[in-house]
This record gives sequence, structure tokens and C-alpha cells, in this order.
Amino acid sequence: MSDEKKHVVPYRVYVIVLIALVILTLLSIGITGIELGKYTVAGALIFAIVKSFLVLTWFMHLKYDKLYIKLMVGFVFAILVVTIVVTFLDYLYR
Amino acid sequence: MENSSHTVVHDHYDAEASKIGMWLFIFTELLLFGMLFVIYSVYRFMNPEAFHLAAEELDTFIGAVNTIILLVSSMTIAMSTTAIQKGNKRFTLLLLVITVILGIVFLVNKYFEWKVKFDHGIFPGSEMLTQTLSQGEILFFGLYFIMTGLHALHIVIGIVFIAVVMQKVAKRKIHAQRSALLDNAGLYWHLVDIIWIFLFPLFYLLT
Repeated sequence: MSDEKKHVVPYRVYVIVLIALVILTLLSIGITGIELGKYTVAGALIFAIVKSFLVLTWFMHLKYDKLYIKLMVGFVFAILVVTIVVTFLDYLYR
Repeated sequence: MENSSHTVVHDHYDAEASKIGMWLFIFTELLLFGMLFVIYSVYRFMNPEAFHLAAEELDTFIGAVNTIILLVSSMTIAMSTTAIQKGNKRFTLLLLVITVILGIVFLVNKYFEWKVKFDHGIFPGSEMLTQTLSQGEILFFGLYFIMTGLHALHIVIGIVFIAVVMQKVAKRKIHAQRSALLDNAGLYWHLVDIIWIFLFPLFYLLT
């Protein structure tokens, strides 16, 4: 198993991902500065989700991992989302 | 004679199993912080005005600087996993040193940020907090100290983890064919980065 060929990611891929992450950070600071009312929270969260997706895919090598690892990670994030949705359904409709 | 000259070396190395083990650990961390985020969201939902007021107290600039610092440190440790595969030991070590330095700079910033809060009398259980602020603001600062504090503790653990990895890289115990520990240190550091990616907007940006 350890003889398996490892995928070596070129340095420039990481630099490009970092530039994208920094741009998204600055955009999220910009967008929360504007008065958007209740959409501010949604906007900030969308930026955070996109950023963590980039980190998971490239920095954490999920792009080059086997399918079952991707599925496991996806499953855990799905559990988190379900927990948050169910909690809010409870608070919104009690 | 055959028995004495032939020693079997047991090689306990399985990169894929190591990776799965690290991911399983990361899942427990995600659930730990995930539940804290649920608590934050519920309290924010119940005390929107107080959370708005309290969040204005936080310094967006220092939060943004720390975000950039962590993002850059994530890139340097990710690059070190490439450097080790290319057999470039010195560059691997250099990148890890930069990662550790950035982690320390993050903690120093955090120290000064907390110090300003303490100087204003805002710390868990302080007179100023419990006497003059509303229930919602007390909840906000409680969560702020718990969540950024727990995150800072993860940074400290990450720095120790990377220091151990650096020593093993220097002694050539970690190299291109045996890079699992370095890869796992990277995964851990990126997890800490992802948690901060959510902490930053929730505490500093949403006012």
C-alpha cells in the first residue's frame, strides 16, 4: 500500500489557492460592511463555506484522495448541517 | 546459521491507515466545534441586538490580519508536503519553520487582542461583564472567550505537533517514502484553519 504512487501537487497550485482564499476574505469583509440586513449573515457564511471547500479540496488533498475518504468527510459535514437545520426548525416553529 | 543471520524487520507503516485515523480524529474535532457553532447560532437568534452591540467591541482589523496569517501558514505547510515528496529536506524544514513562526505570530496577536478586552474589564466572570452588560452580551463574550480560546489551544498543540515533525524530518525519519506524520500534521493545521475561517466572520464581521 505504501508503494502506491503519491500525487505530488505542484507548489504553484497552493499559491493560487492562497490568493483565492485571501481575495475571498477581503470580499467577505467588504460585503459585511455594506448594510444588507438579514442577508449579511447568509453572505458571510457563503464566503466561509466556499473558503473551507477550497482548503478541504486542495490543502487537505481531498481532490486526490480515494472516493471513500471524500464520502466520509462529506457525511460528517452533512451531519453538522442536519443538526443545525433541525435545531433551527425547532426554534423557528416552537 | 540461517536462523541467526536472518532477522525479520517488522515494518509497521501504513500511510493510508494513518490518514484514516487522522480524519476520524478530525471528525470528532468538527463535531466539538460544530456544537459550539450551534450554541452560538441559537444565542444569536435569541439575542440579536445584544450580539450586534457586543460584536462592535471586537477589532475587525486584527481579526483580518490573523485570518491572512493562518491562511498563509496553511499554504506553507501544504507546500512542505510537496517538498518532502520531491526529497528536498531543507526546503521542507524551512516551510515548517515559517508555519510555526506564523502560528506564534497569530498567538501574539491574540494575546494583545485579549489584553485589550481584559483592560476594559471584559473577561469571564468580571464585574464589568456581570454588572453592566445585558444577558445577551455576557453570552456573546462567554462564547468569544471559549471558542477563540479553544481555537488558540489548538494552535499551540499544532505548533508542538509540527515541532515534533520537524525533528523527525531533520533526523530523516520522515522522508518521501514515509511522509504520513507530516501529512497528518498538515491535515491538523488545515482543520485549525477551517475553524478560524468560520470564527472570523461569526465574531468579527457580523455586527
